[in-house]
Amino acid sequence: MVERQSPLEPVYHPGSHGNFEHGIDVILSETRPGSILQLAAWPGEEKRLMSGIYKVTGLALPDGAGGGVSNGAKSAFGFAPGKFTVVDEAEGLASAFTGVLTPSIGTLTDLSHGRTAIRIAGPKAEWVLAKFFAIDFALPAFPLGAGRSTNHHDIFAQIQRSSADQFDIYVFRSFARSFWKALCHASEEVGYEVQ
Amino acid sequence: MLITCPYCGPRDVIEFTYQGDGNRERPQPASQDLDAWNAYVYDRLNPAGDHNEIWQHSGGCRAHLRVVRNTLTHEILSTAFARGGHKTESRS
Ligand SMILES: [Zn+2]
Repeated sequence: MVERQSPLEPVYHPGSHGNFEHGIDVILSETRPGSILQLAAWPGEEKRLMSGIYKVTGLALPDGAGGGVSNGAKSAFGFAPGKFTVVDEAEGLASAFTGVLTPSIGTLTDLSHGRTAIRIAGPKAEWVLAKFFAIDFALPAFPLGAGRSTNHHDIFAQIQRSSADQFDIYVFRSFARSFWKALCHASEEVGYEVQ
Repeated sequence: MLITCPYCGPRDVIEFTYQGDGNRERPQPASQDLDAWNAYVYDRLNPAGDHNEIWQHSGGCRAHLRVVRNTLTHEILSTAFARGGHKTESRS
């Protein structure tokens, strides 16, 4: 398998940074999933697509806008009407949908090489993200597993809450380095560690 | 100004792109009715009050929406998916 290069590599500096003397309040990392897919159902085919996602990944998507679920290795969430992002640590998830996601249900786009996955975790994760995105990051408004589509200036972002104080952000690979640098700057005040 | 996307919930206007007057009736592509085409391309109500509009949630779920906005107050009176829906009746 070809070794995938990270767009963050020149600016990815593991260790503690910023104002960390009083503690590390966020941890930043690149999760580098092997598969990042977008699945879109034709109108009226959402339920069949969701059951196809369950068949392939074992992830049972909840009903409702932006509903999602994560089991650590695999994640899925709605990001638009009838559209879902499905992520797997392992490569090759797209081919697993062959025969399940038939042309009568919808379409699959493999974005594994087109998106970069950035994880922010820690007690100040909501605080730091609130500086970027004009959405409500509080747990009642943004429940566990749920996904949100939003943007920071022209950098489109899909965000999934993968645990109570952890978010996974999917950004265009071509903008990822710029976004990462901005995220590091925004995390300086709370003290951050890059893992 | 906040627009409540039927999928994403309330979002800042900066996430949306205005797609024009929602009152236009596009003639059939093969139509030779020049008056209908003229009306589609040029005629606008330009009301001082409630206005039917098409917006896209371009910085979010990217759905196209039918929005009724008051042009005097910027109050958003209703939002709905444009897909398959009929034109929202304006109050004025
Ligand atoms: Zn939306």
